[in-house]
Amino acid sequence: MIKVYVPRDSTALSLGADKTAQAIVAEAQKRGVEIELVRNGSRGLFWLEPFVEVATDKGRVAFAPVQPKDVPSLFDADFLHAGAHPLNLGLTEELSWLKKQQRLTFARVGITDPVSLDDYIAHDGYKGLTNALKMSGADIVKTVTDSGLRGRGGAAFPTGIKWNTVLNAPADQKYIVCNADEGDSGTYSDRMVMEDDPYVLIEGMTIAGVAVGATQGYIYLRSEYPHALKVLNEAIEKANQAGYLGENIRGSGKAFHLEVRRAAGAYVCGEETSLLESLEGKRGLVRFKPPLPAIEGLFGKPTVVNNVISLATIPIILDKGAQFYADYGMGRSRGTLPIQLAGNLKQGGLVELAFGATLRELLYDFGGGSATGKPIRAVQVGGPLGAYLPESQFDTPLDYEEFSKIWAVLGHGGIVAFDETVDMAKMARYAFEFCAVESCGKCTPCRIGSTRGVEVMDKIATGKDHTKNIQLVRDLSDTMLNGSLCALGGMTPYPVLSALNHFPEDFRLNKKEVAA
Amino acid sequence: MTTVLTSQEKARIDAQIQAHREMPGALLPVLHAIQDDLGYVPEEAYPQIAHALALSVAEVHGVVTFYHHFRRHPVGKHVLQICRAESCQAMGSEKLEAHIKSTLGIDYHQTTADGAITLEPVYCLGNCACSPAVLMDEELHGRVDSHKIAEIIQEARAAS
Ligand SMILES: NC(=O)c1ccc[n+]([C@@H]2O[C@H](COP(=O)([O-])OP(=O)(O)OC[C@H]3O[C@@H](n4cnc5c(N)ncnc54)[C@H](O)[C@@H]3O)[C@@H](O)[C@H]2O)c1
Ligand SMILES: Cc1cc2nc3c(=O)[nH]c(=O)nc-3n(C[C@H](O)[C@H](O)[C@H](O)COP(=O)(O)O)c2cc1C
Ligand code: SF4
Ligand code: FES
Ligand code: FES
Repeated sequence: MIKVYVPRDSTALSLGADKTAQAIVAEAQKRGVEIELVRNGSRGLFWLEPFVEVATDKGRVAFAPVQPKDVPSLFDADFLHAGAHPLNLGLTEELSWLKKQQRLTFARVGITDPVSLDDYIAHDGYKGLTNALKMSGADIVKTVTDSGLRGRGGAAFPTGIKWNTVLNAPADQKYIVCNADEGDSGTYSDRMVMEDDPYVLIEGMTIAGVAVGATQGYIYLRSEYPHALKVLNEAIEKANQAGYLGENIRGSGKAFHLEVRRAAGAYVCGEETSLLESLEGKRGLVRFKPPLPAIEGLFGKPTVVNNVISLATIPIILDKGAQFYADYGMGRSRGTLPIQLAGNLKQGGLVELAFGATLRELLYDFGGGSATGKPIRAVQVGGPLGAYLPESQFDTPLDYEEFSKIWAVLGHGGIVAFDETVDMAKMARYAFEFCAVESCGKCTPCRIGSTRGVEVMDKIATGKDHTKNIQLVRDLSDTMLNGSLCALGGMTPYPVLSALNHFPEDFRLNKKEVAA
Repeated sequence: MTTVLTSQEKARIDAQIQAHREMPGALLPVLHAIQDDLGYVPEEAYPQIAHALALSVAEVHGVVTFYHHFRRHPVGKHVLQICRAESCQAMGSEKLEAHIKSTLGIDYHQTTADGAITLEPVYCLGNCACSPAVLMDEELHGRVDSHKIAEIIQEARAAS
C-alpha cells in the first residue's frame, strides 16, 4: 500500500492540513485506490504547508502546498507514483533548503509518525538511552560536558556542568524539569519537538534522570500549545506501557516517571525559579538565586531545569558520542542550533545549522528575503528580550560570543524580520508594554520602570521635551538593566536601546544626537 | 459581577478538586480542571478549593489573578485569541486586531452580545512562521487576513 504523509504539526494544521488529509482519503476511496495515510511531523518548510509526501522506491516525493481543491488533479496526475504536477517538488531529501541543513536534534522531525514508538526506534530512537544505561552517572555527565552543549533556552550555560551540580548534591529525591514554556515570540522549535518527535524529549529526560539520580520528571508546558499536550500525553503513555518509562526502565532497575504540567499563560514562568514556584502551585514570583535550582529546586530538592531543545539533544550525544557533536560549531558555541525563521520572511521555517552561519545567509538564502518584497530593515533575534539588529549587522555569525560583542543575544534562536514599514519607536514602546504586562512584580525597576517606559515613549511620539525624554528612556533602561532581579526587567533594555541606537530616525533623532 | 453557582456546578467543581487534590503542587491542575469544565474559575469556588488544599482563600485568589490564562468570569461559547507579539506584528497583526474588534464590536476581555465569542489577547502561539496567527478555542490558524477571519468566525458561530 502506498504511504501518503500529511503533517499533523500545529502550523500545518493552521494552514488546513486536516482538510487536505480528509480530501486525499476521500478521493482515494472514490477512485478505489488503497493508500496508507501517515500523519507525520513537519519538515519545517512552513511556507509550503500543507506539505504532502508520497513514498516511492526512490524516496519520498514532495507535493506542496496542497489544498483540498488540488487533490483531484493530483490523483489525475498519478501523484501516488510521483507523477508530473505543478506542485511536484521532487525528492524531499534533495530540496536544497533541507540539504543545506545539519539536522541532529531534528534528525527525525517530519520523517516519522510522532506517536509511533516503533517508528521512533526504527529511526535510531533509544540508542542513546541504551548506551546511558551501561554507563555510570558521572560518565554520562562527562559525555554531556565534553559535547560542549550549552543551554538552548537562551542563557547558554553548559548543560554538563549544571548536571554535575545536581549529580553531586546528596538528596533523597531529585527532579528533572523540562522548561517547555517557550514564551519567546518568533520561536517554535520546542513546540515542533514536542509535537513532531516527542520521544526524543522523553528519552533525553530519562537519560538526565539516570545520570543525576532523579526519578521524577515534569514537563512544564505552555497553555497555548494544546496539540503538544495531546501528543506528549499519548507518547508518555506508550513509553510507560513499553517499559521505557516507569519503575524499571528496560529492566535496568532504574526508575523514571514523567508527567506533563500545564502552565497558565505567564511569560515570566519561563524563568526557571518562577517556573518552579508555579509547579509548586504558587504565583510565579521569581526567587532569589542562590540557591540555584540545581541545589534547591522543586520542593526544595536538587533539580535539573533544562530547555526542551537542550534535553532533546542529549540522545544523539549519547548515541554518537561527545566528539561527534562537538565537531560542529565555532568557538565556544559547539554543535548545532535549531533556528526559527519568523516574521516578515518569504520562507519561514525551521533551519538547524552548526553555529557560525551568518544572519544574512539565514534571512536571504533560507528565508528568501521579506514576504512583502520590501527591504528587510530590522531583525529581532532571541525573542522579546533580544536586540534589534540593523542591516549593517547582518554579517554577524550565529555564535553566543559574537552576538554578545555587538550587545545582542542569540537566545532560543528565534529570528523575526521586519520590512521597512516598521516603526522602531513603536517596537521600543511595545517592549516596555510587554514587560509591564508580564512583570511578576517582585522588584521595582521592572514593575514601575516598564510602565514609566510606556509613558515616556508616548511622550516621545508627541515630540514634546524631546531631549529630556530620550534621556529619561536611557536612564530608565539603565536602572532596569542593573537593578532587576531577573532577565525580564534586566533585558527589556536590549530591544529598547538597540532600537534607539540603530534606528534613531524613528525616534525623531539624527545620528549626531544619538552619539551625544 | 457575582454569579450564583447551581448545585450541579458545585458538584462538578468538587469532583475536579477530588480528582486532582493529591497531586504534588495541586493548585494549578485543579484550577485548569475547573476552567476546562466550566469555562472559568468562579470566585465562589475559592473557599472550597482553599479548604481541600489547606490554603487560604487569599492564596487561591492570588494564584488565580497572577496567571493570564485563568478567567474569573463566564465566557462566550467560543474564545478567540489574537496574537499580539512581534512576529505577528511584522505581518500586520495590528490591522487585523483592529478589524476583528470592529467586526465583532467588542474589545479584549469582552463577549459579543449574542454570547458567541469572547476576545482575548495572546503573546505568541508558536505559529510565527505563518504570522499573523489566531487561536479559536483549540484550533490554530495561520496567515490570517480579513477574509480568513470572517470564515473562522462564521464557522464558530455556526457550530454553537
Ligand atoms: N526560551 C524562551 O522562551 C526565553 C524567554 C525569555 C528569556 N529567555 C532567555 O533566558 C535567559 C536568562 O535565563 P536565566 O535567568 O535562567 O539565566 P542564568 O544565567 O541565571 O542561568 C542559566 C542556567 O544556568 C544555571 N546555572 C548557573 N550557574 C550554575 C552552576 N554553577 N551550577 C549549576 N547550574 C548553574 C541556572 O540555574 C540556569 O538554569 C536570557 O538570556 C534569555 O535569552 C528565553
Ligand atoms: C523572563 C524569562 C523567561 C524565560 N523563558 C524561558 C522559556 O520559555 N524556556 C526556556 O527554556 N527558558 C526560559 N528562560 C530561561 C530559564 O530561566 C533557564 O535559563 C532555562 O530554562 C535553563 O535551561 P537550559 O540551560 O537548557 O537553557 C527564561 C528566562 C527568563 C528570565
Ligand atoms: S525583573 Fe520583573 S519579572 Fe523579574 S523578578 Fe523583577 S519584577 Fe519579577
Ligand atoms: S527587589 Fe528586585 S531589585 Fe530590588
Ligand atoms: S508571534 Fe504570533 S504566533 Fe508567534
